[in-house]
Amino acid sequence: MDRTSRPRSRRLPVLVAAAAATALIATGCSSSSGGKEAEESGENIAAGKASTPRMTVALVTHQAPGDTFWDIVRKGAEAAAAKDNIKLIYSAKPEAAEQANLVQNAIDQKVDGIAVTLAKPDAMKDVVSKAEKAGIPVVALNSGVDNWKDMGILSYFGQDEGIAGEALGNRLNQSGAKNAVCVVQEQGHVGLEARCAGVKKTFKGKTENLYVNGTDMPSVKSTITAKLKQDTSIDQVVTLGAPFAMTAVQSVSEAGSEAKVATFDLNKELTGAIEKGDIEFAVDQQPYLQGYLAIDTLWLYKNNGNYSGGGEAPVLTGPAFVDKSNVEAIAKFAAKGTR
Amino acid sequence: MPMTQQAAPAVSAPPASGPKKETDGRTSERPMWLRLLARPEVGVFLGAVAVFVFFLIAAPPVREAGSMATILYQSSTIGLMALPVALLMIGGEFDLSAGVAVLTSALTASMVSYQLTMNVWVGVVVALIVSLAIGAFNGWLLIKTGLPSFLITLGTFLILQGVNLAVTKLVTGNVATNDISDMDGFEQAKSVFASTFTIGGVGVKITVFYWLIFAAIATWLLLRTKFGNWTFAVGGNKFSARAVGVPVTFTKIALFMGVGFGAWFVGMHQLFSFNTVQSGEGVGQELIYIAAAVIGGCLLTGGYGSAIGPVFGAFMFGMVQQGIVYANWNPDWFMAFLGVMLLGATLVNLWVRNATTRR
Repeated sequence: MDRTSRPRSRRLPVLVAAAAATALIATGCSSSSGGKEAEESGENIAAGKASTPRMTVALVTHQAPGDTFWDIVRKGAEAAAAKDNIKLIYSAKPEAAEQANLVQNAIDQKVDGIAVTLAKPDAMKDVVSKAEKAGIPVVALNSGVDNWKDMGILSYFGQDEGIAGEALGNRLNQSGAKNAVCVVQEQGHVGLEARCAGVKKTFKGKTENLYVNGTDMPSVKSTITAKLKQDTSIDQVVTLGAPFAMTAVQSVSEAGSEAKVATFDLNKELTGAIEKGDIEFAVDQQPYLQGYLAIDTLWLYKNNGNYSGGGEAPVLTGPAFVDKSNVEAIAKFAAKGTR
Repeated sequence: MPMTQQAAPAVSAPPASGPKKETDGRTSERPMWLRLLARPEVGVFLGAVAVFVFFLIAAPPVREAGSMATILYQSSTIGLMALPVALLMIGGEFDLSAGVAVLTSALTASMVSYQLTMNVWVGVVVALIVSLAIGAFNGWLLIKTGLPSFLITLGTFLILQGVNLAVTKLVTGNVATNDISDMDGFEQAKSVFASTFTIGGVGVKITVFYWLIFAAIATWLLLRTKFGNWTFAVGGNKFSARAVGVPVTFTKIALFMGVGFGAWFVGMHQLFSFNTVQSGEGVGQELIYIAAAVIGGCLLTGGYGSAIGPVFGAFMFGMVQQGIVYANWNPDWFMAFLGVMLLGATLVNLWVRNATTRR
C-alpha cells in the first residue's frame, strides 16, 4: 500500500512482452505444417431430423473431468439427440453419491427418459427405481453389465469389460507374447480391474498389474520404464486407455525393451501410432455408439415402443479390434473425435 | 526479475561466512558436525541417502545407471516445481494451484499454436505470459485482500481446473488438445524442453540438468541476494519485515510469479514430450510439490528452509515411487508403501533436526 507507484512501473515488462508476441504473430510466425488449417474437417455426421414431438432426455455419467473417452460418448449422444428432436441434458460426477443426485435432479425435471452409467450399481439402485416409479424409462450404458437387468432397466449398451479383456488375452496368445504387464491408471477402479482380470484369464503367458498415477503423465512414463527395466522378460505392455498407450510407447523405447504395446480404447493420436506400427492394436468399445444407441433407444421406446435387447440381453458395442489391417478406414473418424 | 540483480552487496552475509563470534564463556560453541547437521537440508539429505541405500539393497535394477536416469527424471519433474514452491513457502505462503497451473500453461501453448496455426514458439511465449500473470494474480489478490494463501490459491486451483476443461472443450471441441508434433518449431522446442542427453551410454533427460541448475540459482538467490533476505523476512514476520523496509508486496508477488514460471517450464516439458495434453490432468500434484518442499526442510509456517533441501525431497519422492516398482513389491500396496516411506523419511528428518539443535 505504501508503494503505489511501483506496480505501475512493473506493468511495462508485461506490455513489452505482449507487444513482442503481437509482433511475432504479425511478422508471420505461422506454422507451414500441421495446425488447425491443415485439419479443418467440418463435415460432421448428421442424418435428417425427426418430426416427432420434442422430448427431453438426461444422460448422467460417471465421467471424470477431461477424459477423452467420455467426450466421444457425449458426441454420440448429441448426434442422436439432434436427429431425434431431443433436448439432451448432460451431467456427470465421478463420485457415486453425487451421480445419484444428478439422476434425482433429472427425475425432478420430469424428463422423458434417462440414460445412466452404472459404475457403482449399488449407489444407483434406489434412484433408478424412483425414476421407474415416476414412469421415466431408464437405459444403462458403458458400465453395469451385471446389474442392469435386476434393476429393471430397459436396455444396456456397452462392452462387458471381462469379455473384452478375455478377447485381448486370446489375441495375445496368437501373437506369441509370453510375459505381459497390465497398466492400471486408477487404482481401485472396478472396470479397469475387470479388464486386467479378463486378460489374465485367457492369456497363456504371465500377467501382472502395474499401478500408475493417471493424473501425472511424466510419472506414468517413468513408472512403466522402471517396470520394464526391473523385469526384462516383459514382452507385452497392455494399457487401459489411449493416452497411456502413447506414453507406454515412449517408455518401451527408453527402457531399450522389445515389448509390444496393445491397448483398450481409441483416440485420434492412437490411430496414427497403429498405422506407424508403434502400437500393435487397440480394443475399441465404440463409446460413440454407446451414447448414440442409448439416446436413440429412448426415442424409439417413446415413439414406437421398441427397445434393444428386449430387457434380457445386453447390446454389446465392443470389443472391436483396430489394427494395421483396418486402421485406415477408422482413422478419419477418429480424427474428428467420434470414434 | 531485474529488481533483484541490482542488489548492491548483500547486506547480511550468509550464515556460513558470518563474522567470528566472540565467546564470553556463557555459551560453549557446539561442535562443527552438530552445527552442520542443524542446517535445514541435512536431515532430508540423510533421509534421501537412507532411502537410496535401502533400495540399492532391496531392488537390484536400481544399481544400473539407466535406472538411475529414470529415477532422476521422475524426481526432476517434481523437483522443478518443488523449488519455486519451496521459495514461496519460505516466504510464508503456499500455492494450491501449482498442480493445475502446469496444465494451464501446456494447454495454452498447445491451443494458441494449433488454433492460430502459428509457430509453436508463439504458443510458448503466450503460455509464459499467462503463467506469470496467474502467479501475479495470486500474489496481488493475497496482498490486496489479506486473506490466507490457502483460500486464495484454493480459489485459483478450482478456477483453473474448470477453465482448463471448459476452454479446451470450447476451443478444440475435445477434452484433449490436438497433436502439434508436425508443426513448425516443434523440434526446436522439444530439444530445449524435452530432449535427452546420452552420457556414458545412458539417456539422461534434460529436465534433470535444468532441475540442478535452477536449484543452484535458487540457492544463490536465497543466500547471496537482497531478495533472499527479503524472502526470509516476509516469511518470518511480514509486519516487522515491512517495518524495517522490506518491500513485502513486491517480494510476495515475485515469489508467486516464480511458481508461475516453474509451472510454465514443467508445462512446456509435458507438452513437448507428449505432443498432446489432456485437460483433466495435474489435479493432486500440488500436494506432491508441497510435500517435497516440506520433506526438504521448509516449514509450513514460513521463514525457514533452503533451496537444496527440496532437491533431496523431490529425489526421495522419485526414488520411492520408482524403487517400489524396481523392487517388484505387490502393487496393491503401492500407495501405502509410498506413504509409509515418506512418513519414515520425514521422521528421520525431524529427529535429526531436533537432536542437533538441542544443546
